[in-house]
Amino acid sequence: MKKTFLAVAFMLLLTVPSVILYANAQSSQSYTITAGGSTFVFPLMDTWRVQYNNLHSNIKLNYQSIGSGAGIKLLDQKTVDFAASDAPLQPSEQTAAAGTVTIPESIGGITISYNLPGIDKGMKLTGPVIAQIFMGSITMWNDPAIANLNPGMNLPSQKILTAHRSDGSGTTYAFTDYLSKVYPQWKTSVGQGKTVPWPVGTAAPGNAGVANIVKSTPYACGYVELAYAYQNNMSYAFVQNADGNAFVEPTIDSVAADAAAAATSLPAPDGDWSKVSIVNQPGSNSYPISTLTYVFVYKDLSQVSGETSDKAQEVINFLNWIVTDGQKYASTLLYVPLPDAMVKADQNAISEIRFGGSAVPEFGPIATAVLAIAIVSIIAVSAKTGLRLAPRL
Amino acid sequence: METVKLKGGSPIFDKIFKIGVTIAGTYVLAIIVLIVIQLTTNSYQIWAQEGVSFLTGSDWNAVEGSESYGAAPYIAGTFVTAGIAMLIGVPISIGIAMFLSELAPKFLRSVLSFVVELLAAVPSIIYGLWGMFVFRDYIRDWIETPLNSALGNNVILFSGTPFGLDIFTASVVLAIMIIPTIASISREIMIAVPSSQREAAFMLGATKWEVFKMAVIPYSKSGLIGASILGLGRAVGETMAITLLIGNATGQSAFPSSLFAPGQTLSSIIANEFPEAANGSLHMAALIGCGLILFVIAITINIVAQFLVSKVLKTHQGAVLA
Repeated sequence: MKKTFLAVAFMLLLTVPSVILYANAQSSQSYTITAGGSTFVFPLMDTWRVQYNNLHSNIKLNYQSIGSGAGIKLLDQKTVDFAASDAPLQPSEQTAAAGTVTIPESIGGITISYNLPGIDKGMKLTGPVIAQIFMGSITMWNDPAIANLNPGMNLPSQKILTAHRSDGSGTTYAFTDYLSKVYPQWKTSVGQGKTVPWPVGTAAPGNAGVANIVKSTPYACGYVELAYAYQNNMSYAFVQNADGNAFVEPTIDSVAADAAAAATSLPAPDGDWSKVSIVNQPGSNSYPISTLTYVFVYKDLSQVSGETSDKAQEVINFLNWIVTDGQKYASTLLYVPLPDAMVKADQNAISEIRFGGSAVPEFGPIATAVLAIAIVSIIAVSAKTGLRLAPRL
Repeated sequence: METVKLKGGSPIFDKIFKIGVTIAGTYVLAIIVLIVIQLTTNSYQIWAQEGVSFLTGSDWNAVEGSESYGAAPYIAGTFVTAGIAMLIGVPISIGIAMFLSELAPKFLRSVLSFVVELLAAVPSIIYGLWGMFVFRDYIRDWIETPLNSALGNNVILFSGTPFGLDIFTASVVLAIMIIPTIASISREIMIAVPSSQREAAFMLGATKWEVFKMAVIPYSKSGLIGASILGLGRAVGETMAITLLIGNATGQSAFPSSLFAPGQTLSSIIANEFPEAANGSLHMAALIGCGLILFVIAITINIVAQFLVSKVLKTHQGAVLA
């Protein structure tokens, strides 16, 4: 009798850890999703981190806002689960990080903000006029090109001081993208990029830097992210839409209208996104200077160092959440939520993400091993003690 | 009386000790060698592409397809800002050190010395943000605008549009940043001058200024040069404050033509553009090339400093070196 009791106790002892491990592998195992890149998207990403952790307490996000370029470097080295960037992958970057899918995850609008004593928001500007201001060919606020667009506005006879970003930036990328599209001379003499050779103007790092210059310098103007312009109560221009029939105020709705018009013409998730641009889209209420920000993920997550199939599943769940439920946090932070067509495209892109191409196994490998040992032991012990729980060996 | 008993020396321990200490010594050299290797290999692309014109050229175009890089304006910007900062900073620093070591009453001495040390420990980003959000407006309205309207049309140094974010503001804040460093080292050097020297001068009926000129300065000259060079080292390498204040022009317009024009230094262009430069691109190589130039400048400054100090040391035996 004593022998039987011992045997049963031994069996129980062995099955307990396997059950615990199994349970862990299934749900309560905690994971840290690591990611890095764009500083522009950081406030939104940080909100997502907190909100997602409230829903799934076992998932932590470690997002390092080190700049898009540095984020892409981490992606190349396969040390992050995903990278975030303000600009799509350029051809050279696509070869370095082959096999990634591109997922647009938020939209930003860019304002032309100015500081003219006595003049509130709503100065009307067209793309070519903006380009000429930033090229230094329109130098005075009362230049006829500006005055003709704004009859009745008391424009001062003062020099325009332009301000731009000194650091490489997705905002600059989108702004110069717009100027290149609307004013061919900009394309040939300055060009498009995160860093461009500005012919005139003073530069400061970050949206905060440019916003500070404009706010504290009378007769200055600069391009500032929508959120910064709102938060700093800056005056900003209404910009002529692509159709040429209206001057549109930059708002979350008018930027969203522009993005929605571009949603249908996006490339395949694993295609070449380097030429993607959502600026200057048709529609009478489309604000023309806007940009997508992206997340890049390897289609086969098994190549990322330290990745397990369970963790890969959590990465996929998280990405699905940010493009759907997570979008509701965008507008509170003055980011523009994704239009429905883009959410569908994103979900489609996320569904292509795999772990080594195989189905995710049900059991954690350690749990499986322990359980196997337990079963073998049960059979062996019961055979030895003569307990009739298992067939005799 | 206590005696120290030497245990029989263990040859193995001795060997381990020797190897350990040698490794520690080699560490410094190894780091320098690794830095040089990294900087040269990673910037090789730009030297191959641009050659000497990377040093002399002033184009800076990172737009894919029309890339072209020249670091000359940033080299000039580095020297000009550091130079102006030294011009403003060194006399003030030596004045502070002189006051603290020779003239200040005892109770003030320790308090002020502590404050100077404290200022030397303020992170540069603090100076940068203060310069950008506070100091800049004053310097623009009180110094730059009056100078510009009075002399701007005649003197090229004061021409341009006073903006507050320019070479002048950056240099002044840089001077403010290096003053505590130079002052605290200079003070220690002056204190280290033997009081017999001062007493001898006083005996001859010298005034305070004459004591300083006759006894303190000759004795501490080399140390003061060393302290100033340390300040110069900080000024040349300073990054965050400069990036926030210098206006960050690129290309031809970054050449320091006027005090009131935006410029750029080697360290600020790296800080500005490195995070978003594409991995392995020519742009990245150009920025690492700027790092290599900065490294060479820093080494040169230190060699020159060593040379100057050792030369002065020879003529004034017994002088104190920082």
